[in-house]
Amino acid sequence: MEASQFKSNQYVKFCPGCGDHAICMALQKAMAEVGIPTHQTVVISGIGCSSRMPHYLNTYGFNTIHGRGAAIATGVKTSHPELSVWQMTGDGDCLAIGGNHFIHELRRNVDLNICLFNNRIYGLTKGQYSPTSPKGFVSKSSPFGTVERPFIPAELVFGARGTFFARTLDVDMPTTVDCMVQGHQHKGASVIECLVNCVIFNNGTHNWIADREMRAEHSIVLRHGEKMIFGKEKDKGLALDYSQGLIPQLIVVPANDPRVLTHDATMQDPTLHRMLALMGQDIPASSPNSLITSSPQLPIALGVIRNVAEETYDIAVNQQINEVREKSKVKTFDQLTQTLEQWEVNH
Amino acid sequence: MQKQHVVVRFCGDSGDGMQLTGTMFASLSAILGNEISTLPDFPAEIRAPQGTLGGVSGFQVQLGTGVYTPGDQADVIVAMNAAALKVCTLGSDFNKVGAQWKTESSMFHRDAVIIVDTNALTPKDLEKALYQTDNPFTELGIPESVQIIPVALTELTKEALKDMGLDNKSILKSRNMFALGLVCWLFNRPVDKAVAFLESKFQKKPQLIAPNVKVLTDGFNYGQNLALNIQTMNVDTSHDLPQGTYTSIAGNKATAWGLIAAAEKCGKRLFLGSYPITPATDIMHELAARKDMGVMVVQAEDEIAGVCTAIGAAFAGDLAATSTSGPGLSLKSEAIGLAVIAELPLVVIDVQRGGPSTGLPTKTEQTDLLQAIYGRNGESPAVVIAASSSANCFDYAYQACKIALENMTPVILLTDTYLANGTGLWRIPKLSELPDIHSQSVPKELKGNYNPALRDERGVRYWAYPGMEGYEHRNIGLERDAEKGTISTNPENHQRMVLARQAKIQQVANQIPLLQVQGNPQSDTLLIGWGSTEGHLLAAAEQLDCALAHFNYIHPLPKNTEEVLRQYQRIVVCELNSGQFAAYLRSKMKGLQLEQYNEMTAQPFSVDRIVKIINQASLQSN
Repeated sequence: MEASQFKSNQYVKFCPGCGDHAICMALQKAMAEVGIPTHQTVVISGIGCSSRMPHYLNTYGFNTIHGRGAAIATGVKTSHPELSVWQMTGDGDCLAIGGNHFIHELRRNVDLNICLFNNRIYGLTKGQYSPTSPKGFVSKSSPFGTVERPFIPAELVFGARGTFFARTLDVDMPTTVDCMVQGHQHKGASVIECLVNCVIFNNGTHNWIADREMRAEHSIVLRHGEKMIFGKEKDKGLALDYSQGLIPQLIVVPANDPRVLTHDATMQDPTLHRMLALMGQDIPASSPNSLITSSPQLPIALGVIRNVAEETYDIAVNQQINEVREKSKVKTFDQLTQTLEQWEVNH
Repeated sequence: MQKQHVVVRFCGDSGDGMQLTGTMFASLSAILGNEISTLPDFPAEIRAPQGTLGGVSGFQVQLGTGVYTPGDQADVIVAMNAAALKVCTLGSDFNKVGAQWKTESSMFHRDAVIIVDTNALTPKDLEKALYQTDNPFTELGIPESVQIIPVALTELTKEALKDMGLDNKSILKSRNMFALGLVCWLFNRPVDKAVAFLESKFQKKPQLIAPNVKVLTDGFNYGQNLALNIQTMNVDTSHDLPQGTYTSIAGNKATAWGLIAAAEKCGKRLFLGSYPITPATDIMHELAARKDMGVMVVQAEDEIAGVCTAIGAAFAGDLAATSTSGPGLSLKSEAIGLAVIAELPLVVIDVQRGGPSTGLPTKTEQTDLLQAIYGRNGESPAVVIAASSSANCFDYAYQACKIALENMTPVILLTDTYLANGTGLWRIPKLSELPDIHSQSVPKELKGNYNPALRDERGVRYWAYPGMEGYEHRNIGLERDAEKGTISTNPENHQRMVLARQAKIQQVANQIPLLQVQGNPQSDTLLIGWGSTEGHLLAAAEQLDCALAHFNYIHPLPKNTEEVLRQYQRIVVCELNSGQFAAYLRSKMKGLQLEQYNEMTAQPFSVDRIVKIINQASLQSN
């Protein structure tokens, strides 16, 4: 299919320069590549800039209420597993007001493709700090800097036993499309964290990887089965150092070092996935969580970091119904009422 | 002694099997042709210490003819221990030191019969139940007119089972069957019917049949042979029941089955999104067990997700419902507003309990009425209906589905603890007897030109859902353009849409039955009620020889409501709240003089009390 088939007739109202424009185009491309017809594709969103996305996609769409897109998408997918269901959400919608639904859609492993737009700010309400804003961040609701510790979305995903986590950047179209396509192919809840720039209220939040050259040095695109190599000259690699005490540390080594790791997104054990996903995630110095390996030399991981096959909730629910139904002699209301203790009244 | 109807209350410790005994006696009576209405009364604690006042579990049944309620006060009490005797005697005063039997608070009247297990009145039992003296009957001030039948229930049960090779615990658990046998004798129930009933009850546990039958029969024979100094009673069988096949059903089960029937009738899958909450959870239990009927239940992470998963399923074309109680309805408010503006069919069941906040989770109240009608942000009209008996929870759950699917709207169905846990006789319908449901579908001509704002001549929008080719669209919780269905902030458009949503709900009045007056329509006095109080109000209206207008359809009201009400000189609105329906009626009918009778005790009405009070001078009025 063509990307143009997924374009709706609505004028796209994201601010000029907003990262959501690029994600919107990437979505249309990814949906075309996936090839599920528009009438079998459903896009559910909550509230926020990112949640406007369904209006721009020529599929079935539902722009719902703040934070509840996850629960509504769960209802759509569970009742109709034959549909391809996407959820559009932002760092506020998903991680603040909708946090409970988010962890439970992951725990259940509902087969949804969740695009989590992370610009570390509330845009539609005009610039308050969000659950991913770094500590000390100055905004309209934190004029003296926030004193809150932020979430790292990946950590929540792993904590909720998520089976798929990818990270991408608004300006990196090929990686974005690839993550979305792989997210669709993965059976289960797929979280695609899209790092997007808010040109109005938080311009430059992802600057140190936004520029092409900076990005080559400060990020690594992980690909399943490939060596973990990065850098403008492809001269650096990631390895595990076991010499620093009990817990191995990720370190940067020359690309030709035999210790350079090969990415396995399908490992059941999430330990290494978590270490990779936490690279460069600005943990405040005061964080008591000393398990987190963070060093300025480590690149931010992009691409599909975790991709593990597990039974999905929607399929399991439907299978159980079908199994019970096949075995049962009671299939209709009139048969059901026959199972009651009953008696005749005749006068 | 021939009686038109009698009230029997079984009470004992939570572990004494009172619910089972009561249910069996009620079903047996129904099979023998009585009308029945039952009400279980569980302790709030799951496992209170044995023998204590907090652990008393009761089950009340009224049987006979002209039975509308489980009855105010019992004619016969079965008390299995000292604590049960105290709770029954003192009623709401049971934990007041030095309290004695009073007609206003006791669970039985001054001419009642009490069967009590004398083996469970030892000093230790009396101490556990906080008696001050060693004579419970004198201490409780039980009137001399009450006939007490002291029976050594525990010893007699042990004697009955001594050769059965059972352990002591199992023997003690069978005491309730001895009591049931005695009650069967007291009401001249043929013992063979009871035995047959027991045999079918324990079909799946055949090893329990012989000992239970032995104890039951011994209990019956004990009454007969000892010729206890008490008259047995005959209760009238019903002559009012329409012919048919009957069962006895609890409100929550009837509600669940109403949804199941509606789903099959309209050919849609039933989806329930819900979160456990007393007293509504049994609806979820019932539906979770009905995978054989293809029912899908999502036990969500919270109340909001319960309604939101249901909204998702409705968006995708299912018959979707959510079940809850008051606190849950509060949490669901915003999402119900989404279903209002997105115009999706959704059934919301609110099994009301005592409030506010956590309030009285196991008690009954009618206090969510105004929340159901108005409790959402913006102008957010929805249909509100209420069931009025345990059995007609089935009909109104079915109606809720029908109205939702045919009018693309959320429908809030109000029941309450009293209906949910109580049981009544239900004439089992065939699916073919139930009204057709024509869910609002989209005409084929709109393929390729569909949008979610397009309406039929009634003002009801057309329903297209994912999977339907050529009807792709975006639905929204934002205001939409009345023509194009896309986001609109235009002022005139908003006004037009507010009115369109109101008109859509109002036209539902064309689909619901007109208000019927019960009792004596010629009287000058009209009682008004809604929801679960119908039985009590009908019994009161018959005693008062006045008229009763009872409402099941609240929003919109039946079209003839004002016309009916204006025919009466004196109107008394009776509610288990501080006057919510009265306030609502006044807002709809200017200048209407309404008196109010309100109780906020989180208990069902007492028929006697209503009759007394209505007979007095006029009540609080507007």
